[in-house]
Amino acid sequence: MNESSMSDETHSTPRRLTINILRHNPSDPGSEPHMASYQIDEIPGMTLYIALNRIRDEFEPSLQFDFVCRAGICGSCGMLINGRPDLACRTLTEKLDPEITLAPLPVFKLIGDLSVDTGEWMRAMSERLETWVHQNEAVDPDRLEEPMDPDLAEEIYELDRCIECGCCVAACGTARMREKFVGAVGLNKLARFRLDPRDQRSDEDFYELIGDDDGVFGCMSLLGCQDVCPKDLPLQTQIAFLRRKMVKA
Amino acid sequence: MKLVYTDVLVIGGGLAGMRTAIGVKRRGLDTIVLSLVPAKRSHSCAAQGGMQASLGNSVMGRGDNEDVHFEDTVKGSDWGADQKVVRMFTHVAPKAIRELAAWGVPWNRVRQGDRESVINAERVVITEDPRTHGLITARDFGGTKKWRTCYTSDGTGHAMLFALGDQTIANGIPVMERMEAIALIHEGGRCYGAIVRNLVNGELTAFVARATTIATGGYGRIYKVSTNGIICEGIGAAIALETGQAQLGNMEAVQFHPTAIVPAGILTTEGCRGDGGILRDVDGHRFMPDYEPEKRELASRDVVSRRMTEHIRAGKGVKSPYGDHLWLDISVLGRAHVEKNLREVKDICHYFLGIDPATDWIPVRPTQHYSMGGIRTDHTGQSPTLKGLFACGEASCWDMHGFNRLGGNSVAETVVSGMIVSEFIADFCRGDGSDINIPTRLVGEFLEREQAALNHLQQGGGTETSAPIRKRMEEIMIDKVGIFRTGEELDEAVSELETLIERSRKIGVRSQASGANPELVGAYRLQKMLKLALCVALGARERTESRGAHFREDFPQRNDRDWLNRTLATWPDEQATLPKLDYESIAVDDMELPPGFRGYGTRNHLDHPDTEQRVAEVERIRSEKPDADRFELQKTLMPFDHLLPEKYRGRNERVEIDHE
Ligand SMILES: Cc1cc2nc3c(=O)[nH]c(=O)nc-3n(C[C@H](O)[C@H](O)[C@H](O)COP(=O)(O)OP(=O)(O)OC[C@H]3O[C@@H](n4cnc5c(N)ncnc54)[C@H](O)[C@@H]3O)c2cc1C
Ligand code: SF4
Ligand code: SF4
Ligand code: FES
Repeated sequence: MNESSMSDETHSTPRRLTINILRHNPSDPGSEPHMASYQIDEIPGMTLYIALNRIRDEFEPSLQFDFVCRAGICGSCGMLINGRPDLACRTLTEKLDPEITLAPLPVFKLIGDLSVDTGEWMRAMSERLETWVHQNEAVDPDRLEEPMDPDLAEEIYELDRCIECGCCVAACGTARMREKFVGAVGLNKLARFRLDPRDQRSDEDFYELIGDDDGVFGCMSLLGCQDVCPKDLPLQTQIAFLRRKMVKA
Repeated sequence: MKLVYTDVLVIGGGLAGMRTAIGVKRRGLDTIVLSLVPAKRSHSCAAQGGMQASLGNSVMGRGDNEDVHFEDTVKGSDWGADQKVVRMFTHVAPKAIRELAAWGVPWNRVRQGDRESVINAERVVITEDPRTHGLITARDFGGTKKWRTCYTSDGTGHAMLFALGDQTIANGIPVMERMEAIALIHEGGRCYGAIVRNLVNGELTAFVARATTIATGGYGRIYKVSTNGIICEGIGAAIALETGQAQLGNMEAVQFHPTAIVPAGILTTEGCRGDGGILRDVDGHRFMPDYEPEKRELASRDVVSRRMTEHIRAGKGVKSPYGDHLWLDISVLGRAHVEKNLREVKDICHYFLGIDPATDWIPVRPTQHYSMGGIRTDHTGQSPTLKGLFACGEASCWDMHGFNRLGGNSVAETVVSGMIVSEFIADFCRGDGSDINIPTRLVGEFLEREQAALNHLQQGGGTETSAPIRKRMEEIMIDKVGIFRTGEELDEAVSELETLIERSRKIGVRSQASGANPELVGAYRLQKMLKLALCVALGARERTESRGAHFREDFPQRNDRDWLNRTLATWPDEQATLPKLDYESIAVDDMELPPGFRGYGTRNHLDHPDTEQRVAEVERIRSEKPDADRFELQKTLMPFDHLLPEKYRGRNERVEIDHE
């Protein structure tokens, strides 16, 4: 076993971090997008969650950003960290150079500073793709559940792990150009429901939903999405698979 | 004035709120869900371990049923729970899980044949029956007789929340995000909706409704370290309290989870221990069997947390710059298990500690985790003192958890109570009592009063700032109202919190921004959180006994004689610095399971005068009906069927496999 990570770190002087933040408040008519720079001392185990709260407490009470779980689980804190979409709460500052640049995720509507409206985007996508189990018969909850192959349950869960953080959308060239493109997040969801025997939709039904340039044929397969997905979802395989199926459908 | 009408206003878009909204919508009512954040980011998503329901599919759960689940839950609650509500809950939990399965939750399934598992630090082989192949499986959790906790890997809450979120969308239910209820509209003992602040532009809207449901989750963030998300600030409970009429029940009952990582306070699931992980001290010694020879690491959470703290106090903790901690060792489970079934734990260890739990031990210590207390309701989910106000999920005190809730019973409660309470809300809305007969003028007054309070914070010339007051509140709560409590420290806590609440009334917000204004939000929330903190601290000071998670070193005995009751806090005088406390006694004479020893922890309690008689009665009933089946017996002991909505009264089917 390894105890070194908890032992007292060497007490050298802490690093001085410079954090540049792209700031803008669209609801304030006088606001223009601009870079603001803040300097703070790093502490052991500091994440961007801790750093941003410190900046807000000490310098900038109006700074906007979103965190909920602060544990990399809920998908609230996607932002561009040195240009790359990622979850801020689980990013340790010690893994980055002392000068860090933060910007809001593109594509989504800006609420203010680092806060964007992924909720509205995701709901619109879900409504369009009908991302829920389509079942015709009502299930009687008093009766035994339908059995499911244990491996299949696990495979579905693999794709179900998406947290709708929006990182894949922010990294996607198509999503930047086509407003209605459903993104890797949407395609992955349909792959998930397609795999689920409880969903009675056929490939033709799915084709109706994603068989166009706002769906699977809009994807240029450059795979920006998979590189940035914080849950390591197999987006590449899923998109390629769907495309093959949809060509046939 | 911006005014919105709906039948059912649901405040909170977590598991409880969304299931409630789906329920009333299916009954043909109009409903709106409000949430601080996109609903799928509610803190329910963080539940890793699982959901209890007595399906009894896995061989390790064989023989499980509602009766066993009932008994475990009542014992877990240290007899603080309402036993009829526990019955309603354990009866509907299997239905809830099957409904969720139909809605797409990929519950892990039983696999026939042999599989390796770790029980009590030893590798064992478990053989599953082919007749259960493909049914929903379960894992072991603390305080339960059977393996009953159903799960999807360690992302149970996530999978449940997304399934319900998608159903909400499928049902066309509007979810208004970044909307915060900051006051309830009420008159003449009846609640008519809420004043809601838009967190993006700062605008206030009055939502007027026949029924208002609070499903806003827990209040863990009044503590300095908590496993809760940062939005779990208890605002829903606080606005109920601020009506002066709704009651908060058992606010002093605060659960500490044994294994949050140090220092971040992020949870590693109880599934770690349920799956066979063990706790070790500074010497690498597995110490729990020394204290709890029978249940070891899997005694209930309150007990394990206290034993750990005791062990640290005995000098056996591991020193670190962030204070002493102990080790959680899941390396004994093997890499394959960790990487498949405990992946979120692995991620958390990787990202926040830089360690690999398949080989390294995890630094952990008990951390605030769950709020048993909340808005007091009757079995229908309605406030007994403010009609038209309903509550469910962690925000409520329905009361199935009493003074300690079992792991896996909370996400189960959210959906079960959502199912049950939504039916009662729909009934309420169909009755005459639900007419909205409040003058618009009065609604306007509520809105103006809230606007004035916000203006006062920004322009009232206040000299205090909220950050230091908040910090102090959080410290007081963890230092003086924590796992071990004493009268002296609680006295100090109460009086210091009173000073803080006075100071909080003099806060002046620097930022004059009209829209999103995090500083303003922090200020008005702090004023509300301090009221909750005082309910917790005062309730704890007055309760001179130990029960479940509430442990008084100066009164270590559970005292059924004087304290078999529920604390009810109200805040009738706005300018007061303390709540008013009342007590609701818990009757022994109709209990199905009269008070006794929990089977873990210390055997130390003082009996209620009625206990002996009720124990004898229960024994007599049992002996008089030697041939009665369990349903009949249960019905004689404590009927509860009639309390359930009719549609949920059916018996739960299980696989029939004889016991060898
Ligand atoms: C880390 C962690 C792990 C857990 N693991 C388990 C587990 O394995 N098994 C288990 O049974 N339980 C577990 N629990 C407990 C369980 O997850 C929670 O008790 C449960 O999910 C609470 O659900 P809820 O719907 O009541 O509230 P939440 O999910 O907390 O939802 C509250 C909702 O209310 C909204 N809200 C809050 N205030 C306002 C307001 N003023 N106005 C408008 N909206 C508001 C929020 O935006 C949110 O949508 C865990 C808890 C934690 C913290
Ligand atoms: S697919 Fe990955 S990157 Fe995209 S929203 Fe889901 S979790 Fe985030
Ligand atoms: S592979 Fe497709 S979905 Fe992914 S980033 Fe590229 S265009 Fe977008
Ligand atoms: S705050 Fe939840 S993922 Fe970062």
